[in-house]
Amino acid sequence: MGMDNVATENTINTAPSAPAKVVIRDLFKIFGSDPKMGLQQVRNGVNKTDLLDQHGQVLGLRDINVEMGEGQITVIMGLSGSGKSTLIRHLNRLIEPTAGEILVDGVDVMSYSATQLRELRQSQMSMVFQKFALLPHRTVLQNAGMAMRIRGDQEDAINAEAAKWLDRVGLQGVGNQYPHQLSGGMQQRVGIARALTSNAPIMLMDEAFSALDPLIRTDMQNLLLELQKDLHKTIVFITHDLDEALKIADHLVILKDGHIVQQGEPQDILLNPSDPYIEDFVGDINRARVLRARSVMEPLVGEPPADAQGQVDHDDTLESIIARSGGDISHGYVVTKDNVPVGTLNMTALLKALVPRISSDSGARNY
Amino acid sequence: MAAYDWFFDTVGLREWCNASKSEGTMSMADLLAKAKGGASETSWWEVPFPSLDTLNKSCDSVMRTRDFTASIEQAFLGVKDNLKVVLDPITQPLSWMLDGALALFVGTPWWLLIALILMLTYYASRNVLVTIFVAFSFFLLAFIDHYTYAVQTLSIIFVCTILSVLFGVPLGIAMSKSNTFQRFTIPILDMLQTLPSFVYLIPLIFLFSVTESKLYGIAIIMYAIVPVVRLTDLGIRLVDKDVIEAADAFGMTSRQKLFGVEIPLALPNIMAGVNQTIMMALAMVVIASLVSAPGLGTLVLRGIRNLELGVGLVSGFAIVLLAVVLDRVSKASLARINAAQSH
Ligand SMILES: Nc1ncnc2c1ncn2[C@@H]1O[C@H](COP(=O)(O)OP(=O)(O)O)[C@@H](O)[C@H]1O
Ligand SMILES: [Mg+2]
Repeated sequence: MGMDNVATENTINTAPSAPAKVVIRDLFKIFGSDPKMGLQQVRNGVNKTDLLDQHGQVLGLRDINVEMGEGQITVIMGLSGSGKSTLIRHLNRLIEPTAGEILVDGVDVMSYSATQLRELRQSQMSMVFQKFALLPHRTVLQNAGMAMRIRGDQEDAINAEAAKWLDRVGLQGVGNQYPHQLSGGMQQRVGIARALTSNAPIMLMDEAFSALDPLIRTDMQNLLLELQKDLHKTIVFITHDLDEALKIADHLVILKDGHIVQQGEPQDILLNPSDPYIEDFVGDINRARVLRARSVMEPLVGEPPADAQGQVDHDDTLESIIARSGGDISHGYVVTKDNVPVGTLNMTALLKALVPRISSDSGARNY
Repeated sequence: MAAYDWFFDTVGLREWCNASKSEGTMSMADLLAKAKGGASETSWWEVPFPSLDTLNKSCDSVMRTRDFTASIEQAFLGVKDNLKVVLDPITQPLSWMLDGALALFVGTPWWLLIALILMLTYYASRNVLVTIFVAFSFFLLAFIDHYTYAVQTLSIIFVCTILSVLFGVPLGIAMSKSNTFQRFTIPILDMLQTLPSFVYLIPLIFLFSVTESKLYGIAIIMYAIVPVVRLTDLGIRLVDKDVIEAADAFGMTSRQKLFGVEIPLALPNIMAGVNQTIMMALAMVVIASLVSAPGLGTLVLRGIRNLELGVGLVSGFAIVLLAVVLDRVSKASLARINAAQSH
């Protein structure tokens, strides 16, 4: 991850918390023969293991409440089996909830008729899949135009739009090939082009990059961030990889056994893990690369100190500040936002922030 | 005194038995027994199985087995006329198609028909070797004067395969969409496939006249339709769940999904079913010569009936050749579809 990536991240993470585009309220999902009974048990406090052992029902999701901001990337992270795929499939009702509401632009998706639901899927929400799920008997161009073709648009318009987005994701001149002739990374680019061609404001991505090699994966993450800079889609992104989550998330939701353990701004979660489970998770992270000046600085009181060694942007990573200081821990900087001083940062505080917290204590925010 | 008198006496059915005491026709065995006049006690060692005939000796109200078969026949004949009223008009087009195809195939000059067949072979298989093999086979068949018979057989297979696909594919699709329908259909398919072919010729002979070509047409279709139904069902059920999910996620209607995703992706399996259907139609068309289906089967039948060993063996060889031709051509087309879809 080089400096230019950091630059792309900056512009995204400055987005203030946006109005909610998608809201999930009190969502429960029980898989099994008698979900109503299972729901009652779960509401009475029975946990996932006991529900399975004693009642033969699988707890998919428990009491999920999330607001997904318009134009933001909401990342849902959790280990395998934690219910990520189940959750994202509730948004376009590929899976029906046992209880709860899913509001898109304030309207409960559960109230939709079959036709309205299809309309939602055709033009409001697109989806990118872990295993690409392209149509093997259709060319790349036809695959990219799938959503518009389903809607019944003109063939010329479809192909023009599909070709445009294929270009945009870096796939020039492969329109007439078939998916199996492309590498995994290229196939997923087709998957992204397909989602973008649908021109839907919401994009669901279920472990979209998990099947790819690490290098290709980084490329794809950068591609996504770069596209997002212009497109401002409401993206729901699923991953089991914390590095990936921290790199692209505006809002991070951590799932475990079907319930949310913590959600919030990624920096916040990193500095204030609410739970030993999350402390474990964030323990292995390269914090210097993820944490930013604004999360570690002292808010400015009065005039900026005169003895500072210079200015840093509030979105600079600690890694870049360390590089700038040349390792001298006596240095201090003025943190600016849009060139207006907003805080101060000294290297001692910065170094403290790099040490993961081992036990939960309070007040960790103001190191 | 018959073996099971005691049973009807103890259960108190004696009166019921005597109620229908009649001197109907007696079987030979009855007559013999009567002649012996033996009212002998049977020892436990020789106690007969309580079959219908045995029980009848003790109780006249129990029907004998031949009465039983006769009553089945009566029942069948009873509904036959009604069935005919419905089935005859429905199946009439089958006779027309079979007769029409037969006239067309036989009426076409040999050089034209062979040329057409070769073109079709090449178009379907895109395989020069297979095309050459087909050409060689047809010239060989024509050379030993089996051309007309072979073409008759071919015309029947042609019609029956098309109809099997026409009915079988939708049936298979319906099965793949509904587990209930599948549960209900599979036993019927099992039965059609396991019943010896002769067995379902019997009711058909009663239902239709042996002179009508639809008789053998129905027999062949009932037998040959099974694989294409099964493999369509299987093929659609095996379509990649992820791709189906993508189709749903982008809001396809079930119709768009069926024609745009499921059938194209199930095509290799469906074509494998068509291949088997063709082979089974060939097997059945030979047997159907018993009920006046024309073609190579009649020669085999002549060989058996008149003990003409040479005729039987040569026509048997012709059937094998035709089978290999049909199999190669349909397999080569299948391979082409698979290659186009490899992923
Ligand atoms: N159709 C289903 N029937 C029963 N259990 C299911 C079904 N789908 C998912 N589950 C269960 O729900 C849990 C969450 O699954 P999933 O959402 O696929 O997890 P993730 O995507 O985070 O790996 C798992 O325990 C899984 O076994
Ligand atoms: Mg998953």
